[in-house]
Amino acid sequence: MTANRKPRRPPAPAAVESPAKKWLLKLYVAGLGIKSTTAFANLKKICEEHLAGEYEIEVIDLVERPALARGDQILAVPTLVRKLPAPIRKIIGDLSNTERVLVGLDIKPVVP
Amino acid sequence: MTKNRSKPRPAVPAALDKCPTGIRGLDEITGGGLPRGRPSLICGNAGCGKTIIGMEFLVHGALDYGEPGVFLSFEEGIGELEKNFASLGFDLRGLVAGRKIAVDHVYIERSEIEETGEYDLDGLFIRLGYAIDSIGAKRVVLDTIEALFSGFTNTAILRAELRRLFRWLKDKGVTAVITGERGDQMLTRHGLEEYVADCVILLDLRVQEQIATRRLRVIKYRGTTHGADEYPFLIDERGISILPITSLGLNHEASTLRVSTGVARLDTMLGGSGLYRGSAVLVSGTAGSGKSSLAAKFVEAACQRGERCLYFAFEESPRQIIRNMASIGCNLETWQRKGLLRFHASRPSLYGLEMHLVTMHKLIVQFDPQIVAIDPISNLTAVGSGYEAKSMLTRLIDFLKTRQITTLMTDLTRATTSVETSSEEISSLVDTWLCLRDMEHQGERNRGLHILKSRGMPHSNQVREFLMSERGIDLVDVYLGSGGMVTGTARLAQEALDRAHALENEQALAQKRRQYERKRALLEANIAAMRREFEADTEDLEQAMADSSLRLDTLAAERGAIARSRKADLPAAVRKPGRASTKSAG
Repeated sequence: MTANRKPRRPPAPAAVESPAKKWLLKLYVAGLGIKSTTAFANLKKICEEHLAGEYEIEVIDLVERPALARGDQILAVPTLVRKLPAPIRKIIGDLSNTERVLVGLDIKPVVP
Repeated sequence: MTKNRSKPRPAVPAALDKCPTGIRGLDEITGGGLPRGRPSLICGNAGCGKTIIGMEFLVHGALDYGEPGVFLSFEEGIGELEKNFASLGFDLRGLVAGRKIAVDHVYIERSEIEETGEYDLDGLFIRLGYAIDSIGAKRVVLDTIEALFSGFTNTAILRAELRRLFRWLKDKGVTAVITGERGDQMLTRHGLEEYVADCVILLDLRVQEQIATRRLRVIKYRGTTHGADEYPFLIDERGISILPITSLGLNHEASTLRVSTGVARLDTMLGGSGLYRGSAVLVSGTAGSGKSSLAAKFVEAACQRGERCLYFAFEESPRQIIRNMASIGCNLETWQRKGLLRFHASRPSLYGLEMHLVTMHKLIVQFDPQIVAIDPISNLTAVGSGYEAKSMLTRLIDFLKTRQITTLMTDLTRATTSVETSSEEISSLVDTWLCLRDMEHQGERNRGLHILKSRGMPHSNQVREFLMSERGIDLVDVYLGSGGMVTGTARLAQEALDRAHALENEQALAQKRRQYERKRALLEANIAAMRREFEADTEDLEQAMADSSLRLDTLAAERGAIARSRKADLPAAVRKPGRASTKSAG
């Protein structure tokens, strides 16, 4: 599934930019359920709107890589982990509430 | 309390497979362990020992039953867990390295989590599943899953997920232990009992008169009978001991073997050969009447026979006992060093009666002694009520009797009350009852001993004076004279008087004998004198006779000569001389 997603990521403008992104986000999901896809879609939309060019999303499917759940203390899925910038923040759920995601990620709407 | 105990399993067909916990006592209460392949709930307040039960369940599973286990901790980190395990003597790191136990610490920090929209706990399932699969676990402990309630606000989701989790655990076929904090209205704060319906165990820590006792009760165990009582349990360096000690019933063996009390004279009083093995002996007496000394002698004698003795001291420290008993020639230290004698000293008020019972029970099983001394039991009665103390002692004595342990208990009775009444609560439990008492007479106290009862043997009805010296304990006949029973100095005085009387008698007799001897000597002397006189007379007579005959001869000869000279007719010599002529010889 990660393999499925990855091809979809390069088109995102952020992913093509420099490898050292300001925002490093990890999205933990379990399988390709509706919650997983919804979460990814929501996340991508938010990132595009607010962090264009400055973010990188890594999707981790715990069904395939269960050992990784421990590192970031994942219990609920989907869980979005903001690895960078520090400190670590976690948002669980399908990220349907954009406002809360923005608060959770501590993103100030960038007004250049 | 009811009587059903260890394995109250009626003929239930092997419907319910049980998973032994390896925790001493718990398997007995539950009739073999927790329901295999199902989750069990262990609930209780903080500090009850929930986590330790979980840990022991896993460790015993891994080490004793070949069932690896997963410890999913929601509260303590791995470092803390390692320390906790180490405190019970288990090397968690080694177990993890040996792939016998897998540990995962689930850490929930509410402040760094934001919830938006739909989610489920698949992450937890995956983690748990991964841990289970990585070592092929058969056992799982979730400690304490209620922490999830503080981590997630959406309880509707959480409850649904928990329900799913327990079903999932059942499907996995693992035997799970779920711990839960005790709630106000419910067994657990968040009603976990709703999901875990197969087996619920409640732990409880109660403080009564400043003494805390942990207790365990199996509230529910679907599909099987179980001990329904509250069982006190103990947590120590070897983990949890739960002892289903209710009354064991009266079906223990009765030995005909005898053991010495360590005091030869006392053995004589007890039908000549001492106590029955496996009997319970009570030594009651007022303060300072020598109860502990008697106990020490008993223990020493047993050690000399090579038996193991366990000495429960509730009054003095072992060092103090050793020092004090050395003063009556009892060298307990040697036996302690040889490992035949073990002391267990504790203040009775250290913990409750049940806990004492559990501790004693555990030590007895561990050390497996032939002799147990409890010095004194009266301090235990001070901890609980009379009824509780009796119930505890009944169970203790029953237990000791089943193990054929000869027990000596001392009991301090108050001087103001009669010895017989103050111990009556337990008198029916003991087989032999020795009473030590003070006898006050003429300004001094002396110790006396008598046997109040001794079942199954002829025993002396005499009161003996109980003497302690550096040579040990001696029982002496009391003096029974015209002035009643006397002991101590009075007895010594009486004895001295007796000796004086005897001496006087002897002297008088000797004098009489001397007088008699003198008389006899005199008599004999007289007889001798008379005999001598008589002999002299005899001699005189013979002499006279000889003289007389000689004179006659001479006379005849002279007469013959005269006749011849006169030319008289013969035979003159034939004629005997006359009697008168003998006189001249005197």
